[in-house]
Amino acid sequence: MPPDATLPMSEARIRAISGPVLHGLARGPFVVGEAIEVGNARLPGEVIRLDGDAFVAQVYEDTTGLKPGDPVRGTSAPLSVALGPGLPGRIYDGLLRRLDGGDAAARPCRGSPSCRRSARQRRLARRGDRRVRGAGPASLCMLPPGVGGTVVDIAPAGEVEADATLAVVRDDSGREHRIAPFHRWPVRRPRPVTQRLPADEPLVTGQRILDTLFPVARGGRAAIPGGFGTGKTVLQETLAKWCHADIIVYVGCGERGNEMAEVLDEFPRLVDPRNGRALMERTVIIANASNMPVAAREASIYTAVTVAEYFRDQGLHVALMADSTSRWAEALREVSGRLGELPGEAGYPAYLGSRLAEFYERAARVESLCGREGSLTIIGAVSPPGGDFSEPVTSHTKRYVGCFWGLDRERAQARFYPAIHPLQSYSVDASRFATWWTAHGNDNWQRQREKLLALLDEQAHLERMARIVGKDALPAGQQLTLIAADLVNEALLRQSAFSPVDRYCSPARQSEMLRLVMRFIALSREALARGMSPDEIASLPVLRRLQRMGEEVGEDAIASFAALWPQLERELAAPGAAVAETGDAR
Amino acid sequence: MHAELTTQGTATRIDGPLLFLERNVEVTLGEAVDVLIGDEPPRTGRVTSLDDDTIVIEVLETTRGLSLDALRVRFRGEPISMGVGPGLLGRIFNGIGQPVDGGPPVAAVSQRRVDAPAMNPARRALPRDFIETGVSAIDLTNSLIRGQKLPIFSSGGLPHDRLAIEIARHARLRDARAGEFAIVFVGIGVSYDSAEAFRRAMEDSGALGHTAMFLNLASEPSPQRLLAPRVALTAAEYLAFDEGRHVLVILTDMTNYCEALREVSASHGEIPSRKGYPGYMYSDLATIYERAGSTRGAAGTVTQLPILTMPADDISHPIPDLTGYITEGQIVLDRALDRRGVYPPINVLPSLSRLFDQGTGKGYTHADHPALAHQLFASYAKATRVRVLASVVGQEGLTASDRRYLAFADRFERELVAQEGARHLDESMAVGWRLLGDLPRGELSRLNDAQIARHVPSGPPSERADG
Repeated sequence: MPPDATLPMSEARIRAISGPVLHGLARGPFVVGEAIEVGNARLPGEVIRLDGDAFVAQVYEDTTGLKPGDPVRGTSAPLSVALGPGLPGRIYDGLLRRLDGGDAAARPCRGSPSCRRSARQRRLARRGDRRVRGAGPASLCMLPPGVGGTVVDIAPAGEVEADATLAVVRDDSGREHRIAPFHRWPVRRPRPVTQRLPADEPLVTGQRILDTLFPVARGGRAAIPGGFGTGKTVLQETLAKWCHADIIVYVGCGERGNEMAEVLDEFPRLVDPRNGRALMERTVIIANASNMPVAAREASIYTAVTVAEYFRDQGLHVALMADSTSRWAEALREVSGRLGELPGEAGYPAYLGSRLAEFYERAARVESLCGREGSLTIIGAVSPPGGDFSEPVTSHTKRYVGCFWGLDRERAQARFYPAIHPLQSYSVDASRFATWWTAHGNDNWQRQREKLLALLDEQAHLERMARIVGKDALPAGQQLTLIAADLVNEALLRQSAFSPVDRYCSPARQSEMLRLVMRFIALSREALARGMSPDEIASLPVLRRLQRMGEEVGEDAIASFAALWPQLERELAAPGAAVAETGDAR
Repeated sequence: MHAELTTQGTATRIDGPLLFLERNVEVTLGEAVDVLIGDEPPRTGRVTSLDDDTIVIEVLETTRGLSLDALRVRFRGEPISMGVGPGLLGRIFNGIGQPVDGGPPVAAVSQRRVDAPAMNPARRALPRDFIETGVSAIDLTNSLIRGQKLPIFSSGGLPHDRLAIEIARHARLRDARAGEFAIVFVGIGVSYDSAEAFRRAMEDSGALGHTAMFLNLASEPSPQRLLAPRVALTAAEYLAFDEGRHVLVILTDMTNYCEALREVSASHGEIPSRKGYPGYMYSDLATIYERAGSTRGAAGTVTQLPILTMPADDISHPIPDLTGYITEGQIVLDRALDRRGVYPPINVLPSLSRLFDQGTGKGYTHADHPALAHQLFASYAKATRVRVLASVVGQEGLTASDRRYLAFADRFERELVAQEGARHLDESMAVGWRLLGDLPRGELSRLNDAQIARHVPSGPPSERADG
C-alpha cells in the first residue's frame, strides 16, 4: 500500500555506523519494522530497535561511504514488496528489485526505462460483476486482501502502465477502491487465507527416492541438510525443474552467483513435461549471492515466501526452494552480533528457533480468500558446518519440517546421486498418501515402501556383520539380501539429474520400475530356495537390465517395461537358464 | 567523498591494529587512510566504524612505534584502491599493491576499489571451457573449467605448491585457441622460500613475462593479509576484463588469510563463532572467491586456484568447510597417498568439481568422458570399501569379485592418479578404460553396452567365464 500521505514522514540522522547496522537519532516517530531510506543515495533499510529518540536499523546495501550526520527518512510503511503480474521468468534481488536490467555489478536497476513495469491484463471480470473478493485473481492481477465488492469500472484488455487503474471496486459500505496491477504487501506478515486445508496430497517431484520413499505433501515442509559437495544445490535445482508445481520460487540465499547464472541459462531451454512450456515461465528467481549485502540476505527469505503466497492466493500450487537456510541463519547471527545481543548456541541468537518456525509455518495447503485451493510447499536446504547434523540450524529445522532428506557424504563421494541416505531420512507425510497412489495406478505402494525401507535397514546391519566375519561367511539368504539391496539402490534410488532420459520419473514409470524390482526380489528368493546360488543370481543378465532401466526406458516408452517381465521370469525360473545366455549378453 | 584531509593530535587510543580518533573531520565509512609518523613510510589503514565522537581505524600494518601525540592521519577521501594499467605483468608487488622489485610504479590508467561490488548474477557468463591441466586426477574426474574457483585442500608437508606450479605451467585449452593467458600469484603469509620457488619456476618455464606476483610474506603484518587477495584480484580483473586475458589466480595460503581475519576480529572485540573465527567468515571469504568468473560479453575470465592447508588434516575445520561451501568443488590432497609415494597425492573421492557436468562431454571434451568418470568414481568408491573390509577380515574373507576390486584400487592409484609429467586428456581416458577392464562387466552400471563394447578391453581369460 502506498504510504499514507496524511502521516508526516519521520526523519533522522545517522549517529554511528558499523557494517550493515546503523544507529540513528530520530526526529519524529519511527515504528519497529518500518522501511527507511538511508543517506543521500537512499539506501533501503529497516528499523529493528527503538530506544527513546535513538533507534537501530539494518541497511540492505553496502554502507561504504555513509557517515554520521547523513539523513535517514522514514517511509511510514513496513518493509514490503510490490506484487503483481509479470513476476515469473525473471531474477530479483532480496528486496524484489529486478537484477536482469542492471549493470555488471549486482546493483538493482532503479527506474531505468527498460525496467519500467507494465502489466498485460486480460479481462476476466466485467463491469457490474458482483462479489469479487479480496485476493481474487482478476486475470493475472489480484485484488489486495481485504478489498472486495462490486466491479463498477474496468479497463479494456491490453497492456497498461504499472500504476494505471485496472478496475474500480465498490465495497459493501459504498467505498470505492482503485485497483492497480500491483499492490504492496509487508514481507514479514503472512497473507491471510479463508482456511487451511489438510496436506494429504503428495507434491510429485519426479525423483524416485523422494516420491517412493520420502514423499512431501503439497503444502508441506522439507529440509535437505548436507555438507558441502553432497549435492544440495543440484537436488534443489532438479526439484525446481521437475516437481509438479505451477510456480517455483527459487531463492538463492547466500549461495554462489554462478548457480543463479546456471538457472538463468538452463531453465529457459527446458520444457515442462506436463504442459510443454519453458520452465522459466513458471520460475521466479530471488538471488542474494554470498558476496551480496548480508542484511538483504536476511530479508530475501521473507520476500520469497511472500511472493510464493501471492501465487498461492491465486489458487496455484507453489513450491519454494530456499538454498540455503543456513546462510540466512548466519545473516541473523551477524546482525545479532553487531547489535550486541546475547548469543545462544554456536553464536546464533536465541530467537533462531522461533524465526525458523515462523518461516516454515507459512507453508500450507489453503482455501484462499477467493475460494480457490492453493498450496505452498517449502523445501529448505541446510548447510551444517562439517556436515554435522547436530548443529543448531539443522536441529531446529528438524522440529518444524515433516520431511528430512539427509544427504550423505559417502554416497556423494561414490557419485551416487541424489545422495539422500535412506536411513537418515524420514517423511511424516508419507502415511497419508496411500489413497493417492491407489488412484494413480499403484494400490500396493504403502506395502512396497515398507518392504524397501526394511530391506535397506537390513542391508546396513548385514554390512556391519560382513565387516567382522567377511562377506563369504554370510549365509546365502543374507548374501541375497545384499544383492537385492544393491539393486534397489542402483535401479530405483540412483537417478541422474543430468540424464535427459532419467532426470524426471513420472509416477506411472516409478510404479512400473518399483513393481519389477519387487518381483525380482520375490523371484530370487524362490530361486535361492530351489538351489540357485547368490553368485549365479548376481550375474544374471536381467540384473544389469534392471540396474540400467532408468537410463534405458524413458517416459515415452513405459510400455516397454513389459519386455523385461518375461526375461525376469525366464532367468529366475530354473537354475542354469542364465548360464546359457551369458554368452549372448557379452 | 572529499579531498584529502590530515589530522594530528586527535588520536585517543591504540589497541592492537585499531586506532581510535576523536571525530573532528567529516570522513566516511570504508575510507582509506595513511597513518604517518615522523618521516617513516605511510602505513595504510581504513575506517571501519564511525559514530558522533569517534573514528575507528584498522591499521593494516603494525602499530608498533606509533604514539598518540605524534601520529598524523591522512584521509584519502575514497576507499582503498589499486592503480591498474598496462605493465602489471612481469612485476612483483607487496600485499598492498606497491612494487617491490625495484621497478617504477605501474602507470595507472584507473584507480579501482579493491573490494569490488558483487558481480550481478544475472550478468554472469556460465563457465563452460574445459581447461586441460595435464593432471589425470583433475582432468579426468574433477575437471577445471575456465571461470571456476577450485581450491586445493592440502596439509602441511604435502606438495601443493608443486601441483599449483605444474597446473600453472601446463594449463591450456584443448583446441589451442588459448587466447591471451596470464597468471596472478598471490602469496598470503607465505615464506620467502616458497614465493621464490614459484618465481623461479615461472622464470624457468619462460612464463614470468605474463605473471604478476603479489607477496605478503610471513614476516609482514598480518592485517595486510586481508588486503593482499583483494588487491591481486583487482589486478586480475583488470587483466581479464580490460585486457581480455584468461587469468589464473593462485592464492596460497588461504589458511593464513583466515588466521589474520580471526586476529583482527578478536581485536575488534567481536563475538566469535566456531573455533574463534568470526561469524562473518563465510561472507568474507565469499567476497574473495566469488570474484572468479566472467560476465557475458567479456573477453577474459578469472579462474581461481586457492590453496589452503587444513589445520590438523581436518576437512571439517571451519576454513576448509566454509571454503568448500563457496567454491565450486575442491581437490583434496591425501597424506596416506603421499607416504606411498603417489604423486600428485590427490584423493579423488572427496575431491569434486561442481562444474564437471557443465564443461565435459559431447561438444566440450569427449562424448564418453562423463560416463567414464562416473564409473571410475563408483568403482573406486566400492574398491575403497572393500579395502576397509579386507583390512578387518583379511583377503580370505573376500569374495572373488571383491578381490578384483582390491587390485583395482591399487592400480587406480599407481597408474591413474600417479603420473610423471603432464598427460593429455586422451591419455588419461585410455588409462581409465584400461583399468575398468579388470572389473566384472556386469557391475559397470554407469556405462551403457555400447560404451563397454567400444572402450573397455576384454579382460583376461579367467574373467570371461563369469559374465
